Amino acid sequence: MKICVLMKQVPDNDSAIILSNDSSSIKLNDITWCTNESDTYALEEALLMKEAHGGEVVACSFGRESSQQVIKDALAKGADRGLYISEEESDGFDILSTAKIFTQALKDENFDLIFSGLQSNDSGNAQLGLLLAEMLNMSHAALVMGTEVLNDTRIKVKQELEGGWFQWTELDLPASITIQSGLNKPRYASLRGIMMMKKKPIDIFDSSQIDSTGSKNKIFLDKMYIPQKVKETTFIEGTPDEIASKLGDLMINDIKVF
Amino acid sequence: MKLLGLDYTDISHAFSEEELMVQKTVREFVDSELAPVIDDHFREGSFPFDFVKKFGELGLLGINLPTEYGCAGMSNLAYGLVCQELERCDSGIRSFVSVQGSLVMYPIFAFGSDDQKNKYLPALASGEMIGCFGLTEPDYGSNPSGMITRATKTTGGYLLNGAKMWITNGSIAHLAVVWAKTEDGKIHGFLVDTASEGFSAPMMKNKWSLRASITSELIFNQVFVPEENMLPSVSGLKGPLSCLNQARYGIGWGTLGAAMAMYETALNYAKTRIQFDRPIAGFQLTQEKLVWMLTEITKAQLLALQVGKNKDSGTLRHQQVSMLKRNNTWVARECAKLAREILGANGISGEYPIMRHLMNIESVYTYEGTHDMHTLIMGEDITGTSAIR
Ligand SMILES: Cc1cc2nc3c(=O)[nH]c(=O)nc-3n(C[C@H](O)[C@H](O)[C@H](O)COP(=O)(O)OP(=O)(O)OC[C@H]3O[C@@H](n4cnc5c(N)ncnc54)[C@H](O)[C@@H]3O)c2cc1C
Repeated sequence: MKICVLMKQVPDNDSAIILSNDSSSIKLNDITWCTNESDTYALEEALLMKEAHGGEVVACSFGRESSQQVIKDALAKGADRGLYISEEESDGFDILSTAKIFTQALKDENFDLIFSGLQSNDSGNAQLGLLLAEMLNMSHAALVMGTEVLNDTRIKVKQELEGGWFQWTELDLPASITIQSGLNKPRYASLRGIMMMKKKPIDIFDSSQIDSTGSKNKIFLDKMYIPQKVKETTFIEGTPDEIASKLGDLMINDIKVF
Repeated sequence: MKLLGLDYTDISHAFSEEELMVQKTVREFVDSELAPVIDDHFREGSFPFDFVKKFGELGLLGINLPTEYGCAGMSNLAYGLVCQELERCDSGIRSFVSVQGSLVMYPIFAFGSDDQKNKYLPALASGEMIGCFGLTEPDYGSNPSGMITRATKTTGGYLLNGAKMWITNGSIAHLAVVWAKTEDGKIHGFLVDTASEGFSAPMMKNKWSLRASITSELIFNQVFVPEENMLPSVSGLKGPLSCLNQARYGIGWGTLGAAMAMYETALNYAKTRIQFDRPIAGFQLTQEKLVWMLTEITKAQLLALQVGKNKDSGTLRHQQVSMLKRNNTWVARECAKLAREILGANGISGEYPIMRHLMNIESVYTYEGTHDMHTLIMGEDITGTSAIR
């Protein structure tokens, strides 16, 4: 199996987000970066698959210079090589343009599988895996919670449906699938893995050299804002039974905690 | 990439990319796997045994020893950062790794035969085998040269008699590196299989410090040790002392980690605890304590960095390690008291890690050469006069 894992560098959840003066972007200086959460599960699934069936795992990232760290982390965990598409302004690409860049960079590699995280924690499009399937003529499954290789040309995936339901689907290879967090336990980079990392190749593409004809943005960012926290206190009155039922209603329909 | 955590003087550039990645991976591992269980282990006085194999898989055992024995072959700065991250969680965890790597694997690597290295190092590196280091005796602590444990020659090997005390990992070890005197009065190292007849290692109970680490007595009653299990290339106190020097180096970094954990806890607490209508962090007396901690920790960090660089370049003198162990453990000990004060009553609560660190540091202050013994080592170095000999 030749597997490509798409991995994005995103701001760490604990990072303080500060907007630029014109509210068109976030200030990058104070951000601590990390690998997008579901991408780490995608990598683990790819590594497990390689360990069970042999093959190669390639970690691929598109973004500013610091994004290479995501690839290096993946190499330290066991990926075989990296593919880095450099683009300092990657935030300015909408998801369709991003998919076109990836298509150009990946098309000659003939991957059996392209894994990506379900969605990125920053822009949350959840479309890249699907778009790549279309552009590279691969089968597709989203929200994958489990994988099983059937043979060299077919795999079976467990997909999450609504309401706690799951479905097993068979796909022809090549396939692009998006991975849901939680399906495995991502490994830590071992010290030996970190020492090996330096010896593994990272191929670097400059996104400006990629023929991205037609990769003009169709989506434009208007402005960003940080949601104001408003504290609202609601008193629920009535008999204990009434209170319990109103509270249940509130939690299910308004706050949506269940 | 940047150094994670406290770095007031911007020293990330002093570390290689690999070293920073090592810190990151160990921090992630510690925060998500060990931190959630450490309080329970400390309270119950148990060692998190299931972690030994994980330490092995990560490569934390014998970090700075060569890859041919299954070790990571990393720099001493990487080893330092690992100790810092482990002790940021708990000194007992760092103690385990120090003993295994510096006190058990190192002497086998430095003084062992090829057979000994090939037999033991890979198993110790993977965590399949646990080791302990027996030097201290009930009557000989700071003055180990007076040790009573004897190795008497017999056909095919030696018979060991005597007792060791305060031995980390003793009761859970498969292999004990034991220092004993042969008939000529010279100290030698022996690799003792803990399943040998006549060997026992009762656990020492009733400790109020390093509770998440096992400490034991080692009792030798006519224990037969085959000839080939004596460490061939060293005799005299130099053997155990050179191991201690490896471990002390790690302790210098480790205690830095404990101090950082306490400083960060105290700082966060001070920013959110409101008294007299404002955060206590806004009071000058609190700021003075926080600034003292930050400054001393930063100085300790710079010392650790320089000593690490010396160790990596091969120019290290053992007196510098004494300064590192002595200073950084003292800083952590002082930080424990200040952090405890800043947290008020919460400072004594198990909801915060301060009291656990505070109790742990008391052991670290004493083991691997007490604070005062390191004063005497440095004192001799600068005056040319030994206070003990
Ligand atoms: C939790 C724990 C784990 C340990 N693990 C190990 C282990 O794995 N292996 C091992 O071999 N040992 C281990 N030790 C033992 C440790 O190394 C000794 O406790 C230490 O060397 C001090 O010896 P002592 O306790 O006998 O104190 P003593 O030597 O009796 O010292 C008592 C006090 O007298 C002071 N003192 C002694 N001599 C002088 C002097 N000449 N001048 C001025 N002051 C002096 C000391 O500084 C100290 O303050 C461990 C100890 C603890 C607490």
